[in-house]
Amino acid sequence: MRYETVIGLEVHVELATKSKIFCSCSAHSYGSEPNEHVCPACCGMPGMLPVVNKRVVDYGMKAGLMLNCDINRTTTFDKKSYYYPDLPAAYQTTQWFAPVAVNGLVEIETSKGKKNIRIKQIHMEEDAGKLVHDIMEDTTHVDFNRTSVPLIEIVSQPDLSSAEEVEAYLDRLKNLLRYAKVAECEMAHGTMRCDVNLSVRPEGSDKLGVRTEMKNMNSIEAIKRAIDYETARHIDAIENGTEVLVQETRRWDDIKGKSYAMRTKETAGDYRYFPDPNVMPVIIDDDWYEGIKATLPEFPEVKRAKYINEYGLSEYDADRIAQSIALCECFEDACAVSKSAKDAANWMISDVMKTLNNKQMTYDMLTLNGKKLGELILLVTGNKVSRANGKKILVAMFDDETVNPEQYAEENDLILSDNTDLVKKVVGEVIASDPKSVADYKSGKEKALMALFGKCMKELKGNCDPQTLRNILTEEVNKA
Amino acid sequence: MKIYTAKIDTASALKVVADDMILTTACPTAAGSKMLDGYMSLFESEALTRLKNAGFELCGKTDVGEFAIDLLGETSYNGACTDGEKILNPTAEAVKANEAAIALTLDVNGSVRRAAAQNDLVSIKPTYGTVSRYGTIPVACSGETVSLLASSAGVLKEALDIIAGHDDKDGTSLSEELCASLKKDAPTSPVKRVAYFANMFEGVSECIAQKANAFCEILKKNGIEVVEVEESVIAASRVAWNILMSAELCNNVSRYDGVKYGYRTQNFTNLDELYTNTRTEAFGELLKTAILFGSETLSTDNYFKVYDKALRTRRIIVEAFAKIFESFDAVLMPACSKTEYTTQDIEANKYLAFEENLYTAPASITGLPAVVTGGVQLVGKAFSEKALLDAAEIYEKESK
Repeated sequence: MRYETVIGLEVHVELATKSKIFCSCSAHSYGSEPNEHVCPACCGMPGMLPVVNKRVVDYGMKAGLMLNCDINRTTTFDKKSYYYPDLPAAYQTTQWFAPVAVNGLVEIETSKGKKNIRIKQIHMEEDAGKLVHDIMEDTTHVDFNRTSVPLIEIVSQPDLSSAEEVEAYLDRLKNLLRYAKVAECEMAHGTMRCDVNLSVRPEGSDKLGVRTEMKNMNSIEAIKRAIDYETARHIDAIENGTEVLVQETRRWDDIKGKSYAMRTKETAGDYRYFPDPNVMPVIIDDDWYEGIKATLPEFPEVKRAKYINEYGLSEYDADRIAQSIALCECFEDACAVSKSAKDAANWMISDVMKTLNNKQMTYDMLTLNGKKLGELILLVTGNKVSRANGKKILVAMFDDETVNPEQYAEENDLILSDNTDLVKKVVGEVIASDPKSVADYKSGKEKALMALFGKCMKELKGNCDPQTLRNILTEEVNKA
Repeated sequence: MKIYTAKIDTASALKVVADDMILTTACPTAAGSKMLDGYMSLFESEALTRLKNAGFELCGKTDVGEFAIDLLGETSYNGACTDGEKILNPTAEAVKANEAAIALTLDVNGSVRRAAAQNDLVSIKPTYGTVSRYGTIPVACSGETVSLLASSAGVLKEALDIIAGHDDKDGTSLSEELCASLKKDAPTSPVKRVAYFANMFEGVSECIAQKANAFCEILKKNGIEVVEVEESVIAASRVAWNILMSAELCNNVSRYDGVKYGYRTQNFTNLDELYTNTRTEAFGELLKTAILFGSETLSTDNYFKVYDKALRTRRIIVEAFAKIFESFDAVLMPACSKTEYTTQDIEANKYLAFEENLYTAPASITGLPAVVTGGVQLVGKAFSEKALLDAAEIYEKESK
């Protein structure tokens, strides 16, 4: 019999707001000392009251709109109670009754074509802290830096059916949320985590099989392996009766390549949700809603199509630039100033992206001012600066955001001056010093001219418009 | 037995005493619980800060019942404060002894209002959201309010003027504009018609009934109309409030788990035992009952059957009051059923506090302002604190 796998995902994404969801502590503790970014509020001390960080709601709405959700104009927060040492108030503030966004749709593309994945809801909530186990001392310490860092949980419908689709779905979420600049979505950094709900049923059946959940998956490769393993385990159980499937939470051990049932004690429990009386319902009025809508970027495929159809880029170039919103913005600004999409794309791909790669920075980390890049392109196309020196200026612009290309070129003597006399002098000297090349050229060896050209350019330290040099050189050689 | 949990020497003429639900950095705040014995807060109650900024000095902390859900403070881990028979409220004792001009308290389950009624003092529980709850021990956040106790209404007006106002640190704090009506110089629309809740007086002692009659006579003499009203919905406040209060309490005291601060059991070998033994050893009986009850009402099985019903009841009660306020400016009802509670009363009924709050729950569950004076309680429209205190001043003048 043929089987199909039915998968639903719960994806936790850390929002990239500066501060935490209910207090003003920094939400970024990567590389910090334990408990460096904590206050009585995020440590759950009695007497502190939560005050909603409006930016978190902004980002939650943006995420919802990027995933084609309806926004709940009145969205509320609820308390979820459970005991664990990394949860200082013994409750997590989350959204149970009226999440910020519902009923979304995400289009994915796999080797089998396009498919729509429905989003059930997106809710905002606070993260918990971290327990640090000290094996040497046989003790456990708690770090509250991550407590109250804002998260969204994106709950899909069980519309996914393979590891390939799951990967495409996660990539798509990451791409869209990065486009909206609301999240980093880096599994390796823990800013994107995933719970996988999976069941198996005979192909074509409309009845769902027994569902198991694997929590806190944090790498795509592990998720793919876990899905394959679980699918095989379920089929084996159904066909061969190797075990009785039960609805349960399982832990994926990526090293052993196996999933294990968690003790029921770790998973059972009644979270006793109820509305948090300390957080007033958040009412999203038209001004707020429209304001957020106006800040949304074009979707990646809209950018791509625009670059091909309006800007005249090749599909390959359009794909490369459209992969990151930071590249898109820089590129579009550069185009607006330079009036040449072809030149701007060329600079983006062969210089800007290469530099980011060399610096081991992600494309999203690009902070280069696109307008200034456009000015630089104009300097080069206008023969004011050579291409080679243009690259030098770009490096300076990367290192210092305040660098103005024209001013920098002037200050560092990189402007191509009208130096015909100097060029003629250098050309004369080079011709005199290399009679062999001159003779070769005259006997029909075109390449010999290039050798002379290179020598001249070297003498001039690149400070010459190539076309001007070529004209003078050809003229002088013919005279010689 | 203890009136003060801490005393602070001060030479100031303007003194405030705070009950042990109000956080301060000057001395520990235990909320009447062994769980928080010696707990030093890192920050101070906003209301206390405002009083201090206005020239008041904190002269001490008075004891409270464990998390302030009992009658008068008798469930404090320090033991009940009594004169041998009668249960005394520590905060009221401090005010009666003139040790402070005003007392700053947290009204969770009405103990301060009962204390005012039984000691001929005056108290005000302001409209929910007009005084910041920042820096108070959280118990039943949807209804508890920072309240004031004093020997005269005039002092309360002064103090309310200082503590009322918007606070960014409290997400439920109302706008400065809305809080403005509590200020000294704001215009007041006086109490002209009072609804006398006849059915609420049915179960009270003769003495309370007499006090109510005397109060009504004085109002009438001063041109205020008092009309007897039969109202049957509002009494449901008690059950609804007990559900909401216990549920929120259960959640709020869960943070006291022996991990971070407060009491920790010596007797544990794993995390479950740390939690269970810490809480078993440090919490008192009444609190444990409330925790279990609250936990039960929030369970998946009961949420819609119980908790959600209580929320709906709250709305019905708010609407019932709104209806009454279409034709009245205030409601007169008891604050308690009798003029004193004895240790025998408690022995006979451990849960008396969850019955006596029949009289205090209506203002708690709706967030309406309540003034206790002359042994009875006036509940007014939202933001009518000043008019209620004016009425209390009329009573004060005439009864002397």
